[in-house]
Amino acid sequence: MEVLAILIPASLFLGLLGLAAFVWTLRKGQYDDPEGDSQRILDPRYDDKPKPVSDEN
Amino acid sequence: MSDTAFRPSACPACSAGAAAEDMAARAPLPDARLLLSVPGAHCAACIANIERDLAKMEGVNSARLNLTLKRLSVDAAPDIEVSDIIARLERLGYEAHEMDASSLSMTATERQGRDLLMRVGVSGFAMMNVMLLSVAVWAGAEGPTRDLFHLVSALIAIPTVAFAGQPFFRNAWKALRAGRMDMDAPISFAIILTLFISLYESLLSGEHAYFEAVVMLIFFLLVGRYLDFRARAAARSAAQELAALEVPRATRLLDGQEQAVNVAELAVGDVVLVRPGGRVPVDGVVVQGQSEIDRSLLTGETLPVFATLGHALSAGEVNLTGPLQVQVAAAGKDSSLHRMADLVANAESARMRYTTIAERAAAAYAPTIPILSLAAFIVWYWISGGDLRLSMNIAVASLIITCPCALGLAVPAVVTSASGKLFRKGLLIKDGSALERLAEVDTVILDKTGTLTMGTPVPTNLDQHPVDALQVALALAEASSHPLAVALARALQQRGIAPARLQELQEQSGYGVQGVWHGQTVRLGRADWVGATPRSVTAAYLTIGGASRAFTFADQLRPGAETVVQALKAQGKAVRLISGDVPGAVRDLAARLGIDDWQAGALPQDKASAIAALQAQGRKVLMVGDGLNDTVALSQADVSISPASALDAARAASDMVLLGRDLSPVADALRMSKTALRRIRENLWQSAIYNIIFVPIALFGFATPLWAAFVMSISSISVTLNALRLK
Repeated sequence: MEVLAILIPASLFLGLLGLAAFVWTLRKGQYDDPEGDSQRILDPRYDDKPKPVSDEN
Repeated sequence: MSDTAFRPSACPACSAGAAAEDMAARAPLPDARLLLSVPGAHCAACIANIERDLAKMEGVNSARLNLTLKRLSVDAAPDIEVSDIIARLERLGYEAHEMDASSLSMTATERQGRDLLMRVGVSGFAMMNVMLLSVAVWAGAEGPTRDLFHLVSALIAIPTVAFAGQPFFRNAWKALRAGRMDMDAPISFAIILTLFISLYESLLSGEHAYFEAVVMLIFFLLVGRYLDFRARAAARSAAQELAALEVPRATRLLDGQEQAVNVAELAVGDVVLVRPGGRVPVDGVVVQGQSEIDRSLLTGETLPVFATLGHALSAGEVNLTGPLQVQVAAAGKDSSLHRMADLVANAESARMRYTTIAERAAAAYAPTIPILSLAAFIVWYWISGGDLRLSMNIAVASLIITCPCALGLAVPAVVTSASGKLFRKGLLIKDGSALERLAEVDTVILDKTGTLTMGTPVPTNLDQHPVDALQVALALAEASSHPLAVALARALQQRGIAPARLQELQEQSGYGVQGVWHGQTVRLGRADWVGATPRSVTAAYLTIGGASRAFTFADQLRPGAETVVQALKAQGKAVRLISGDVPGAVRDLAARLGIDDWQAGALPQDKASAIAALQAQGRKVLMVGDGLNDTVALSQADVSISPASALDAARAASDMVLLGRDLSPVADALRMSKTALRRIRENLWQSAIYNIIFVPIALFGFATPLWAAFVMSISSISVTLNALRLK
């Protein structure tokens, strides 16, 4: 059962990593326009990087 | 519920033609951010077209189209007017409307939405991790391993509850302090008690801990809360908007001197000057000058009214052609506009009293949760002969199982699904309870000008006139701001007609425009002024030398008007047309659309009282209207819809706003609301049935944390799936 000493912190760490990723995407406004983002991938202008989101919007 | 105190706006606005004065009064912002609603945008090409075109426009820094909200935000130099952008979008083939300039409240709404979403995310991640540990316990972990897993769960669950549970705790505290009992109080009680008992059990190496149930409960309830928030984030009080329409300042004439004063300072008997294009600030009588008055906002009349010495004017009307001196008969609080604002406020507060099906369900259900678990505690304490720990455990189990996980999702899931579908069809629902009210509607009242028709006159007989007459007419029409002249000029310009060269062009206020063409006097205006015989239809008259001809006008029918009337009749609704316009025009339109029941010449109060009379007979009324004269009726009706081109106040008074030009989504909304209400009822029954089955299990002491988790997820998923079934 000593393996738990590694597994529990590992699972907690991975969980926190996922949460941090979610917080980052939320702050970046990635849920503001899901429909538009799914259409923007069809536009070659955004192949390299997404259209910047203005901070107020 | 508790969110109603916060009612920011997100409804699309449009520049009302007559509100030129308001535009001038609005100070330009240093770095203007303009918001427009673009209901027609739907694909990748739309995004590319619009953004690429606006990027080329001078003065525009950046443009971004949000396809989910169908909203375009433009960062532009302060001298760029929204109307320029609207014109440019229209050339691209997209209909656009200006949105409320107070983007500040919009940002606040978005921040609140993000805050809720953050709590949903945190509780979701915590739920997954706690569940991972709980599954190990259910799979058979025992002794110190189980205790360790319980303690690690507690380590995750306690901070999560402290953060994600805040919305419930805050609402519960607010309700309790006000002496009310709402759904959040028993929820908060259940969350906190279960958390403490579970922690206590874990420390004493107990068998059952409900950490995953607590976190799961918070997660599902927050999802419901978030959906609910999105559905209701758009409402706003109409009465405030209406008061903002009043002109705050007026020009008083005192001993021949002009003096700018606040309307509040005006006294009865004062004389004020109203310039052409200005809005009449008070109720009064014309003492000097003659002009034409646009009363369409107040009465729905399409045609301007001639006003001269002795004519009475009402606050809110717009002076079109000549300067007028008006003696004040009533100002401020006593003016007709203000009385209307009061009527709207009254009608609105009456509608606020509508309790939604969710509120009724919650009110019936909220007290049962603590009562049931208290009863379980007492009975088991007595049966077990004073075993505090056992009875406490059973009480907690029944508490967590009765907690209305699915109930919190049952209504918002359906409302979100329905309003999303209607939004894609071009209808914005501002108030979540509107769908429920719409489902009960059996009578539909339609306004004429601006609702069934576009409210803009269009010339009908241009082909009957020779080209030189058209050229002269265009030259004359361009010199005037009269609505008929503007419509005529626009139609002629679209045909590629070049204006004739005229000399001595001048406008005779209240009568028309006059000029000299090849040595002949030419006039465009009223029949008696140009020397023509008046016709029975709306027309402007042109004389060249002695010969006169008439340009006739008709109001253009709004697209979808015919289909919507047919669809409403097919659905078995009573359809009635009530307008402030003259009987002839109303009768013609009613006949054309096949409406048998019509009423003309109705004042704003008449419309509202007609609706009140129907309501007194037990009818549920839907009002569709757009003008200032409709606002009282819109607030009086059980549910109301206005087109995006409507006046701010009318839109604010409505529950739903048509985003596009088309009227046909109204029929879709009625059909959709019926199905939505059926789904809401099904969902409420479903969650009730889960409780009926599982509460006895909890009360008899057979419930385990596994049962609680199972019931919660199954019931929440099943109500969500049922909501998504909506077509």
